[in-house]
Amino acid sequence: MYDFAYHKPTSVADAVKLLAEDPDARPISGGMTLLPALKHRLNMPSALIDLSGIAELRGIRREGDALVIGAMVKHFEIATDPQIMAAIPALSRMAATIGDTQVRNRGTIGGSLANNDPAADYPAAALALGATLITDRRQIPADAFFVGMFTTAMEPGELLVGVSFPIPEKAGYAKLRNPASRYSMTGVFVARGPKGVGVGVNGAAACAFRQKEMEAALAANWSPEAVAGIRQPADDLNSDIHGSAEYRANLVTVMAKRAVADAG
Amino acid sequence: MNVTTPPSEGIGASVRRREDLRFLSGRGQYTDDLNRPGQLHAWILRSPHAHARIGGIDTAAAAAMPGVRAIYTAAHIEAAGLGGVPCGWQVTGKGGKVMAEPMHPVLASGKVRHVGDPVAVVVAETRSQARDAAEAIAVSYTPLPALPTMAAALAPGAALLHDDAPGNVCFDWEIGDAAATDAAFAAAYKVVRFETTNNRLVPNAMEPRAAIGDYDPNSGEHTLYTTSQNPHVIRLLMGAFVLKVPEHRLRVVAPDVGGGFGSKIYHYAEEAIVTWAAAQLKRPVKWTCERSEAFVSDAHGRDHVTRAELALDAEGRFLGLRVETLANMGAYLSTFAPAVPTYLSATLLAGCYTTPAIHGQVKAVFTSTVPVDAYRGAGRPETTYLLERLVDVAAREMGMDRVEIRRKNFIRPDQFPYQTPVALQYDSGDYEATLREALRVARYDSFEQRRAEAKARGRLRGIGISTYLEACGIAPSKLVGQLGARAGLYEVANIRVHPTGSVSVFTGTHSHGQGHETTFAQLVSEQLGVPLSQVEVVHGDTGKIPFGMGTYGSRSLAVGGSAMVKAMDKIIAKGRKIAAHLLEASVEDIEFSNGQFRVAGTDRAKAFAEISMAAYVPHNYPIEEIEPGLEETAFYDPKNFTYPGGCHICEVEIDPETGETEVVNFTACDDVGRVINPMIVEGQIQGGLAQGIGQALIENTVYDSEGQLLSASFADYAMPRAAQIPAFDVSTSTTLCTHNPLGVKGCGEVGAIGSPPAVINAVVDALRDYGVTHVEMPATPQKIWSIIHSKGGAALPAAAE
Ligand SMILES: Cc1cc2nc3c(=O)[nH]c(=O)nc-3n(C[C@H](O)[C@H](O)[C@H](O)COP(=O)(O)OP(=O)(O)OC[C@H]3O[C@@H](n4cnc5c(N)ncnc54)[C@H](O)[C@@H]3O)c2cc1C
Repeated sequence: MYDFAYHKPTSVADAVKLLAEDPDARPISGGMTLLPALKHRLNMPSALIDLSGIAELRGIRREGDALVIGAMVKHFEIATDPQIMAAIPALSRMAATIGDTQVRNRGTIGGSLANNDPAADYPAAALALGATLITDRRQIPADAFFVGMFTTAMEPGELLVGVSFPIPEKAGYAKLRNPASRYSMTGVFVARGPKGVGVGVNGAAACAFRQKEMEAALAANWSPEAVAGIRQPADDLNSDIHGSAEYRANLVTVMAKRAVADAG
Repeated sequence: MNVTTPPSEGIGASVRRREDLRFLSGRGQYTDDLNRPGQLHAWILRSPHAHARIGGIDTAAAAAMPGVRAIYTAAHIEAAGLGGVPCGWQVTGKGGKVMAEPMHPVLASGKVRHVGDPVAVVVAETRSQARDAAEAIAVSYTPLPALPTMAAALAPGAALLHDDAPGNVCFDWEIGDAAATDAAFAAAYKVVRFETTNNRLVPNAMEPRAAIGDYDPNSGEHTLYTTSQNPHVIRLLMGAFVLKVPEHRLRVVAPDVGGGFGSKIYHYAEEAIVTWAAAQLKRPVKWTCERSEAFVSDAHGRDHVTRAELALDAEGRFLGLRVETLANMGAYLSTFAPAVPTYLSATLLAGCYTTPAIHGQVKAVFTSTVPVDAYRGAGRPETTYLLERLVDVAAREMGMDRVEIRRKNFIRPDQFPYQTPVALQYDSGDYEATLREALRVARYDSFEQRRAEAKARGRLRGIGISTYLEACGIAPSKLVGQLGARAGLYEVANIRVHPTGSVSVFTGTHSHGQGHETTFAQLVSEQLGVPLSQVEVVHGDTGKIPFGMGTYGSRSLAVGGSAMVKAMDKIIAKGRKIAAHLLEASVEDIEFSNGQFRVAGTDRAKAFAEISMAAYVPHNYPIEEIEPGLEETAFYDPKNFTYPGGCHICEVEIDPETGETEVVNFTACDDVGRVINPMIVEGQIQGGLAQGIGQALIENTVYDSEGQLLSASFADYAMPRAAQIPAFDVSTSTTLCTHNPLGVKGCGEVGAIGSPPAVINAVVDALRDYGVTHVEMPATPQKIWSIIHSKGGAALPAAAE
């Protein structure tokens, strides 16, 4: 790792100020993605702004028909928090499958959403549930937030503060893990709620996306059979040593079926 | 065998591993845990190219960076007159042509030949400083054509990796009788053909390699602390060939070592670099490999491409076998590389079958990839996989039952010693016994019911058998010398009985996960009648131990343990003389058992500790006849290989929608000879099985057409995990080795050797309704899915993916 300065602010305002003052500074939350990148010398931030001292970024609270989860809430907490387990059990189940025990005890939902790894789990859930991403300066609907591989709609220096998930009637998740990294090769999150039906897909393409044909089919008939015949076009999907685009296209259908079954 | 210690401690007892307390509580002392006063740190700049000419190396900017003490390139190494990294085995091919043995420079000279080839070394006060400076070194490369596969390297007009290896061929070798094999094929009822690639693996020991060089300017002694399975071999290879330092000035210490699987047998350039640099700088120099660096610098394993033909008679008896293998050597010859596809692989082509005529050919090829060498099983997994898949293909083409065809061709127990047509003579085995037991435990007879039940759940269930044989405990020195080994393959034991009767055992073998500190102590405790707590096992330091050959090829107990028995026989013989003196009896009348030297037929006895005390305090002692002290050294040269064998049965379920394979049952019944510690043996077998399942289902090393390693980290190189490993049913069924004193055969590799074909045979069986006849390793989800979903499956050509 290269040398960097280290700051540990105690408020979102101070963190944002630090980021504004130094364009090469980076926030660090759980560090489970950023630290390996630093160790491999793939990143050279001038300063790390440690978000772990900011109380505003923690906590899980109910706001009307939505659950608002702070950016610094860890995967482990999402997997085990009674409120989340009651309101969006599929999200808890999803969090329980991320990485390993160590990763779940450090990694955060905010870090994962801000990073927008194509193979990360949460973006599919955020899309399917119609979540709203809350930053230090605005609210961004999930549909507008995930814009491409490792890129989001956030501006440089913008801080993700939390995410608001509308509570669904039903939701389910299924994925096939990459045999090596154990990240998602392809995962599908399905939800039916106040905003209608959402189908979010991760792992298959450069960025998580919504499968709208499946959404329409499930809106008409909420059952695994409704999506079983829908084929995801392979054109824009990822192809690598672990899975071809055609294979991933198949997995979209299979995982969608299983996600609906998981939702019940 | 004297049964003298409580059964809870001696031979046959599952004593808990004495070393585990320190390992599990984080108190192991691995090379990277050691730090020498005033230590500097080395960082190695490695080639980003698969094959390129080095124009120039500009180190000026780097040398001026903070903390930098030295930067070395090939020019310094050559000016110092150092030799290349040597190869320990010279194979002589067809027509008496010795193998091409190109120079393997410590630092790349003129050219780089694989991604990861070391180009320069920076030594600095801290590791970060060394790495910073390495990034500031400017190397000008002119890329040359990459040769990432054997096909590319053998293509007509391919670029040459080494000027002195025409056609990129290292050797072209054969074994067996070609004419007899042709005759067998001419008379065959049926000929079955099979082609396969044995997938290349990255060893990935849990502990990455590390090395610390130290130098004492007063004595002129060099010390190397290193992650090695065989410190004496490193001292010999590095001292005699690279650094040209005599043994008495070079000490090699291999402290706790966290796994090797073969990858820590070899002498690596980094060891020579730190040892030499420490003497230049008069300060210790430490290097610890990064995980990503390990992927491009630890010797890889396997990577054979093989074509085989089996001739059968109408009853399904094997008449002849023809095998042609291309073996990837990588860019340079690693220590044992030439022996792996030849003497450790093709000599096993008879397997456990009576095939009377065999002809094997091996062409070894240089490619622009990391050197390839022995990896858990070393050559035997490749042959076992080939044979056990071939036998299944043959059964199918003959319309025979897979068990029946094996039984029909087994070497029977009454045929031992059995001379194969490919040089080896097997001493013992009972393949029917291990097969029968494995079939019973695996509930083979009721498999079809389980298959039908799985089908009802939408899953494809298959069962696969592998009846294997392998060769361990390498091997008579005279024989291996004739075959090209540049070393002997005996082992040493020095047994030092202390005055109060406690015992230190010095062995030239090395433990890096095998539990030697426990197994060897059990052996010595039982033989000498000394409590386990009074026995210490010392390994891993050339400064303490006579010249030994180390641990690989499941040889430690068969060869190292035999040396201990020999040394203990000498101890007991001397003890009887001392006892005869003290008991005023004749030596012939002294018996030794249960730790007591006794006058036969009387109750007059001296305890082991009384004898050792007398030996060191020789007041009342036959000093005219025998020397004081009680310490003996023995070297044991094996009389033959040992031949473990057995049966592995794997049961899988495949999810046809995703192609994912789950190993649902795995049964292993292995004959490893006498078992000293059943728990340790089971652990060794389980670990091997996990690696075998990994190779069969997920592990794969992938280079792209530019010679870049795509599977260069755990994000892309799949390792087996606990969740993918079933609850194994492991048992042993014993025939004793007839030519070593303990009757032991070796258990370190059987798991990794026998299991991959059992897994693939099960996968193919699961897919039988789709007309599938073969699936190449690794049988990844996407591969199986493509097989099921391409061309409707049933139309697949025979023996193709
Ligand atoms: C072994 C391993 C296995 C893993 N497996 C999975 C898996 O199966 N599924 C999965 O989804 N993930 C997986 N991950 C990733 C893990 O979930 C990470 O924790 C997560 O992606 C990033 O969260 P973090 O809190 O660690 O973020 P960090 O690593 O601290 O930061 C990640 C990036 O986000 C930025 N950032 C962090 N917080 C904020 C914020 N509040 N506002 C703006 N930018 C911010 C950082 O600057 C950085 O660029 C795995 C990681 C490891 C090491």
